[in-house]
Amino acid sequence: MVLHTVNKSPFERNALESCIGHAQPGSAILLLEDGVYGAVKDSTVADKVAQAAKDCKLYVLGPDLAARGVSQDKLVANVNIVDYNGFVDLTVENDTVQAWL
Amino acid sequence: MMADEMMDDEGGKIKKFLYLNRKAPYGTIYALESLEVVLIAAAFDQDVSLAFVDDGVYQLLKGQDTGGVEMKNFSPTYNALGDYDINKLYVEKESLEERGLSVDDLMDVTYEDEDDDWAEKPSIRLVSRAEMGELMEQQDVVFSF
Repeated sequence: MVLHTVNKSPFERNALESCIGHAQPGSAILLLEDGVYGAVKDSTVADKVAQAAKDCKLYVLGPDLAARGVSQDKLVANVNIVDYNGFVDLTVENDTVQAWL
Repeated sequence: MMADEMMDDEGGKIKKFLYLNRKAPYGTIYALESLEVVLIAAAFDQDVSLAFVDDGVYQLLKGQDTGGVEMKNFSPTYNALGDYDINKLYVEKESLEERGLSVDDLMDVTYEDEDDDWAEKPSIRLVSRAEMGELMEQQDVVFSF
């Protein structure tokens, strides 16, 4: 399977939307850097992201959440928070890494 | 007296400066650069306002902890702006709502009002998109970040 990474805010670029539109069911999506804002619930993209969290495995990089002051209780359901070691594990577990810059 | 009639110490007209912030912190250098320029401009005794629109509202989120990403946490600097007579931080309500946020998610940025026995007052002013548009219309100079 593919590990998709998104590092841009969904409110500034369409990287997350395009990623969700292309990711196959069961693949992994990791939100990092400004991409972590996409995991916040009650936003204008939250419904799309919540659906992606059901079809795919959705991950968020914890240190980037903390840096931006996004607390974990503000995230959509079914999001897994990983640290840098978890990021490395994801790259090993998946066949390829596809970055949506 | 109207703000646009005010004069500085040398008799020059005080201009209205707006710093328009539309970028999230940390992902790009814009937010930090804006703060740097605002602090420089503070030395020139102008009428300074900061606007936080679109992803710029993320700059004011409370609880920022950059220890895990080894970057400088510059968010405490916003609360120091009051010491430089910069106490008008306009935040757009619609930008917050579109991002699942409210004013409760923002830092308590305050200043001490020298005209009111140094009472501590909030610097953040929540405004609608329409009000923000009007604010922009009133400026002499707008710097975009």
